[in-house]
Amino acid sequence: MDFIKLRDIVKVYGSGESAFMALKGVNVDIEAGEFVALMGPSGSGKSTMANILGCLDVATSGKYYFNGVDVFSLSRNETALLRRHYIGFIFQGFNLLPRTTALENVELPLLYRGVPRKTRRAKSLEALDMVGLKGWADHTSAQLSGGQQQRVAIARAIASNPLFLLADEPTGNLDTKRSVEIMEILTALNRDMGITILMVTHEPDMAKYAGREIHFLDGNLAGAQ
Amino acid sequence: MILNAFMLAFRQIRRNLLRAVLTMLGIIIGVGSVIVMISLGNGTTQMVKDQISSLGSNIIMVLPSRSFDPGGGSRSRRFTQREADAIKDRVHSLKAVSPLSSKSVVAKFAQYNTQTQATGITSDYFIVGGWEMAQGREFTDSEYRAGSNVCIIGESVSKALFKGASPLGAKIKVADMICDSVGVLKSKGQGGMGNDQDDVILFPLKTFQRGISPTKSLNNINMIMVSVEDGADSKDAGSQITNILRDMRNIKSGDRDTFEIMDTKEIQETVSSTTRMLTVFLGCIAGVSLLVGGIGIMNIMLVSVTERTKEIGTRLAVGALEKEVLLQFLIESITISSLGGLIGIFLSFFISMGMAKLMSVPFVYDVSIAVIAFIFSAFIGVFFGYLPAKRASQLNPIDALRHE
Repeated sequence: MDFIKLRDIVKVYGSGESAFMALKGVNVDIEAGEFVALMGPSGSGKSTMANILGCLDVATSGKYYFNGVDVFSLSRNETALLRRHYIGFIFQGFNLLPRTTALENVELPLLYRGVPRKTRRAKSLEALDMVGLKGWADHTSAQLSGGQQQRVAIARAIASNPLFLLADEPTGNLDTKRSVEIMEILTALNRDMGITILMVTHEPDMAKYAGREIHFLDGNLAGAQ
Repeated sequence: MILNAFMLAFRQIRRNLLRAVLTMLGIIIGVGSVIVMISLGNGTTQMVKDQISSLGSNIIMVLPSRSFDPGGGSRSRRFTQREADAIKDRVHSLKAVSPLSSKSVVAKFAQYNTQTQATGITSDYFIVGGWEMAQGREFTDSEYRAGSNVCIIGESVSKALFKGASPLGAKIKVADMICDSVGVLKSKGQGGMGNDQDDVILFPLKTFQRGISPTKSLNNINMIMVSVEDGADSKDAGSQITNILRDMRNIKSGDRDTFEIMDTKEIQETVSSTTRMLTVFLGCIAGVSLLVGGIGIMNIMLVSVTERTKEIGTRLAVGALEKEVLLQFLIESITISSLGGLIGIFLSFFISMGMAKLMSVPFVYDVSIAVIAFIFSAFIGVFFGYLPAKRASQLNPIDALRHE
């Protein structure tokens, strides 16, 4: 069985005259353990696709099966629980809480999971260690460089051992050197921990790290029309 | 989950200390100013009430009315001893009738002198005015009858002439008369009209009429103060007095009275309605500051909405439930608001106490106003802290994250 199965996904923004069709009936399958790069020019619908895959947004029509579960039939709370337990996020803009230490940011998903204080701390430090931020736990976002902030975000995403890691332009705000570091971390996570990763990017250099590339154009897979 | 929400809320407050303090400041100022203003208003009202009741309750003052001659001069017909006696004999609901005359004089002792009010009295004066002795004694009956050269002085006169030394037995020179001081009145402080009630020197009425303000006229009484029995109707007594005086003065029906009757109860009502207005006025001003404080709270909360919406987006993305986010924000708002309110109440307590002392009004702390002000600002704090959070937590996580 496919880990992720998308069928005829349509996403329409707005309504009536000004309605804009961002996704036009997309079909995608992703196997467990895959590292997929989602490529395409801006406006091609790849970010919309990623948000739907991450259960951060819902499609206008179509079906989304996550590990066999019909995602669109779930309630808001059930979707939140799905994110809480199975999905990790890395955003282009990092989205760390301001004035908050790296450790507390990483702890956040574990907190909502109700993980006890001690375990939470240990797991978070371990995750920070894994992304090479040992000794930076007590620094707030403002005291970290962009690359370090993104690594905190990765630590936050993996601290809860997700099945699926969704990275939306993770290197979009970073220089080449930092980007390569981030990509190496992602590759290692996929290889060593077996986490399924979907990465949105428009940089072919980054996409090379993935096992498979999916190209988007005008709201559908390139060549699907 | 509740415990978690508390922890998240306190973490957030600690991280955004400046915002929390500014919000609290709005509440502190709002709550504090309302409480201080109302306390001072109530204190002033209390003070005026006390002063009026120091006049004595249920007192009627009979005064000569000023009638204006066509020539333009003013003339007032004073009272005779016969009229005072008639009131005493014929109105049965009276406790005491105190005819009196007074005149501004200079009193001298040794090298000191002071301008004061000389008043000729009868023994009923002490009952009507509610005066008590601080030192010495009242006048004796024989002193009243004979018009002896004795006097009783008020606290202010005692201070001005004797500078702390005992005035008893001292010979004070008033006008051209020298009198023995036999007593000092217990201080009554400021009167209802802001006058110093202790700035007096008392003589037996006869002594006054002979030595201080000599006149050949029988109309030698300036004013008759009457004290009505407790429970008796002062209006009724007033109209009886009117009838007696009109009768004795042969005033035809339809002609105007040549005297005036003032009832302290009426004065009390007039003055307390004025001070009540003062309290309402102060309350309105304070209400404005409460409102301004509320707008301050609102602004801080709304300004931080963008940042907080992103925070909510992040929390939702990592799997927070809507109700978990809401609970956290609710606890945060309630904590900040109530802490601010409590600090405001605490500070206002001491500020109003200090200001009451400074303005020498009694300290009256109105708990119900404190509670109302507290609830109002806490409500604003909670409302504007919670409402944007509620709206944000209902967004799709991605929309909350993208909020600009």
